[in-house]
Amino acid sequence: MGITKLLIANRGEIAVRIIRAAKEMGIRTVQVHSAADAGSLAVEMADEAIEIGPPPASKSYLNIAAILDAARQSGADGIHPGYGFLAENADFADAVEAAGIAFVGPTGDMIRAMGDKASARRAAQKAGVPTVPGSDGVIGDLAEAARSADEIGFPVMIKATAGGGGRGIRVAENARDFANLAPQAAAEAKSAFGDGGLYLEKLIARARHIEVQILGDGTNFVHCFERECSLQRRRQKVWEEAPSMALTDAQRADLCMSAVALAQAVKYRGAGTVEYLYDDETGAFYFIEMNTRIQVEHPVTECVTGLDLVAEMIAIAGGKPLSVRQEDIQLRGHAIEVRINAEDPANNFAPFPGIVDGFRAPGGPGVRFDHMLYDGYQIPPFYDSLLGKLIVTADDRPAAITRLKRAVGELRTGGLKTTAPLFLALAEDADVQAGNYHTKWLEPWLAEHAGTFSDEEGT
Amino acid sequence: MAKSEIRSPLPGVFYRRPSPEEKNYKEVGDDVKAGDVVGLVEVMKTYTEVKSDADGKLTAFLAEDEDAIMPGQVIAELES
Repeated sequence: MGITKLLIANRGEIAVRIIRAAKEMGIRTVQVHSAADAGSLAVEMADEAIEIGPPPASKSYLNIAAILDAARQSGADGIHPGYGFLAENADFADAVEAAGIAFVGPTGDMIRAMGDKASARRAAQKAGVPTVPGSDGVIGDLAEAARSADEIGFPVMIKATAGGGGRGIRVAENARDFANLAPQAAAEAKSAFGDGGLYLEKLIARARHIEVQILGDGTNFVHCFERECSLQRRRQKVWEEAPSMALTDAQRADLCMSAVALAQAVKYRGAGTVEYLYDDETGAFYFIEMNTRIQVEHPVTECVTGLDLVAEMIAIAGGKPLSVRQEDIQLRGHAIEVRINAEDPANNFAPFPGIVDGFRAPGGPGVRFDHMLYDGYQIPPFYDSLLGKLIVTADDRPAAITRLKRAVGELRTGGLKTTAPLFLALAEDADVQAGNYHTKWLEPWLAEHAGTFSDEEGT
Repeated sequence: MAKSEIRSPLPGVFYRRPSPEEKNYKEVGDDVKAGDVVGLVEVMKTYTEVKSDADGKLTAFLAEDEDAIMPGQVIAELES
């Protein structure tokens, strides 16, 4: 029982993270990669590497046949999909299992049920988890959609049922907006996810994004407390922390137990994240979606609980029961993660696929840096801009912010422009220090502070 | 007949159409005006339009749909 050779069907920092977990578990690793990633850190670190296609992801990291060929060729008995790419592709999960290989994640049917936002919403309602007012299920033709939008009340969010990670979402302020945006959203969803299905949700103007990490082995289910990810730009998280400073202990218990109730109701297997909007003014929380994969921001949870979520999900996929009971999982300290992206914050976050020249990683007490960088590395332009995640942990939130400033100040990437200066500026901001923000806070702040981010690295 | 070239300013993946369901921006033989979009380059999930600097007739595409391209690479040729 258990996986002995794990193929990583992903790239970048998460591939490195998975290889590290596998090595500590005594599992051999096979890194598949595109032609553009032959020189990547993950390829360097894995026991074996197999090229599966040309640079565009559609021809490599999304090529199911090539990945399964690589698994057969290498004799892998497990595949970890990471996040993005095929991580929430139910057909991929089915194909992996049909090939007699363990998929590190839930079953294809579970991905279908929870990955489809409309059916996830029904599952949440059934489990007694509060949901945001919206269309119950996928909307049919555009005329029906417009009627539904009127009923919910503007502003309304148009979401792709197959979307996630903020992709495929549009906001209509009024009926005329809606008539313009709905067809675009359907076309974009069709092209990005191969499924043009849409659903509607009321926009809650001032909300925090709070999500609960869960683990399940199909029989037992636990939560690993929450993360707050309210600092977002274009609906992409840029700064995440655990725990949320907004919740009382009683609210935290309610929120986390509702996530466990959902996991239990669907007999979840693997690591998952239940995402909520939290309304500061009323203290109400609403389920928005469940992600059936490891999340980018999982390290903040690891830092405050001491768990290894990636190792846990690999063990579960290998048929082992959960290694922890709920009472074993304790919250200790405060962790903050910031996303170091190859983007220039002084130039409207333009992508910056440059060369790392003069790399220095931050370190010292309470600092973790999950990344894909090495000196001389040419960042490929073909994939997302995430280079790494800098995570700091301290006894409390003010100490974590102080540590964050210290750690960001140590990072050197030379010729590469990154989002690091943004986090130095945010860490100095009074609202950020007070935890006084919501999901729409960062964008106006950025507009106001545009041009103030120094791209000079200190010495 | 003067020849001119349309180059990509960026590295990334080249696309000839706005989305997989839509038609190509331009076909060989089409008339092109300065400022017309002939394709998209995807750099780290950000899409940038590639535009022609000149008027003319499109005579060839040197990059295919979904090709990986380098900055300065010639995407298409025009005759004017």
